Amino acid sequence: MISAMRYLKNVVTLELDISRCTGCGKCEEVCPRAVLSLNDGKISISDRDACIECGACSRNCPFEAMTVAAGVGCAYAVIRGTLKGTAPDCACSDKYDCC
Amino acid sequence: MKKRYKSPWWINSWHPSGAGFVPVISTRLVFQDRLGGSRARWGIGRMRYMINPGLYAVGAPDADSPVLVTANYKLSFDNLRKNLQHINAWVLVLDTKGVNVWCAAGKGTFGTEEVIKQISAVNLSSVVRHRTLILPQLGAPGVAAHEVTRMTGFKVVYGPVRAADLPYFVENGLKAGREMRTVSFTLRERLAVVPVEFVKSWKIAFAAFLFVLLSSYPSGDMISWSTFFRFLPYVGAILIGCLFVPALLPWIPGPSLAFNGWLVCIVATIIYTLFNTDQLAENMVYLLILPAISSFLALNYTGATPYTSLSGVKKEMKFAIPLIVFTAASGIVLHVIGLWRAI
Repeated sequence: MISAMRYLKNVVTLELDISRCTGCGKCEEVCPRAVLSLNDGKISISDRDACIECGACSRNCPFEAMTVAAGVGCAYAVIRGTLKGTAPDCACSDKYDCC
Repeated sequence: MKKRYKSPWWINSWHPSGAGFVPVISTRLVFQDRLGGSRARWGIGRMRYMINPGLYAVGAPDADSPVLVTANYKLSFDNLRKNLQHINAWVLVLDTKGVNVWCAAGKGTFGTEEVIKQISAVNLSSVVRHRTLILPQLGAPGVAAHEVTRMTGFKVVYGPVRAADLPYFVENGLKAGREMRTVSFTLRERLAVVPVEFVKSWKIAFAAFLFVLLSSYPSGDMISWSTFFRFLPYVGAILIGCLFVPALLPWIPGPSLAFNGWLVCIVATIIYTLFNTDQLAENMVYLLILPAISSFLALNYTGATPYTSLSGVKKEMKFAIPLIVFTAASGIVLHVIGLWRAI
């Protein structure tokens, strides 16, 4: 079912610097969308449009081979951020009000 | 010595550890837990629905038992403990300010620093002999496993996405297959946030109600059944955006949520206009305003889905927001002109 649900194509900021990759596989392990695959000791981005830019891969890469402009895909947060002139903010850590 | 502290109902007893006595938590949810969960789902006191961070015990753990890490949102904590029957484990609860694992990881409160802080706060190295932490996979966006290891000596193993898979994961030597590591979005999961989204749409409902009420002013019959019936299409548009779009999501064509909401509502509105007795001008107003409402609400649902990205949301908003504002505004103008001519 989830595979049927796809978001916009060719938008994500995920980048892999293959020269830094040691093939440890940590990024592939933490990806909740099965975007990456590990073949012959190297990582590749095999399903780019499935990426949701959560940032798990780049955060957990000890060699800084993965980069992504991580954030939460939440329109409410983007609207709030725009109105307040800040980064996207869903107010989920504020008191009483939340997305 | 008597304890003055009154434990919450979900603490059964106290269990000795290498770092003092630790509360033993129940693995069965009772009425109070379910009630609290429902209240949070409806947005009542949701941001205060949290427990104290720290170390808890499940069953009768010893120095070799696994350590499971979670958030201090009570709903997350309940979802974890109810899946831990017949397991002996330590549960390390991070201070995520009452936010669930996935959202807190996105904000960084379920993060590297907080893990490191709690390890030392509960003196975890005196509690367990091993040096392994099991974190929920959805905490990975906030936690750099290698940094935790470098700072504390504890190795981070990411467990399955769903707590229900934890018993199998622990038995299976801390190995999870791709299925366990991938987020799902079942009907139940899609509907879980519907109540909160619905409650949050009250401003739109209120604005629509005022709009309908003021529109009936020229007729001199504001408080009437007619006013009420004219409000119902707006309630329908809100229901489509908050409920029907999430429920039918896999079957609605197009990747854009704003488009999904607009599409379902324009179809519903066309059907409605074919069967009602309103004038063409009034139906034009419906065709402009109602889909704009559903579209906006469906766009806001992006934050509740596990398949949208920030870049995608920004791109979709660039064309959706102007269109929503333009069509809704046109509808309002058209409606006012209609009222003007009727006078």
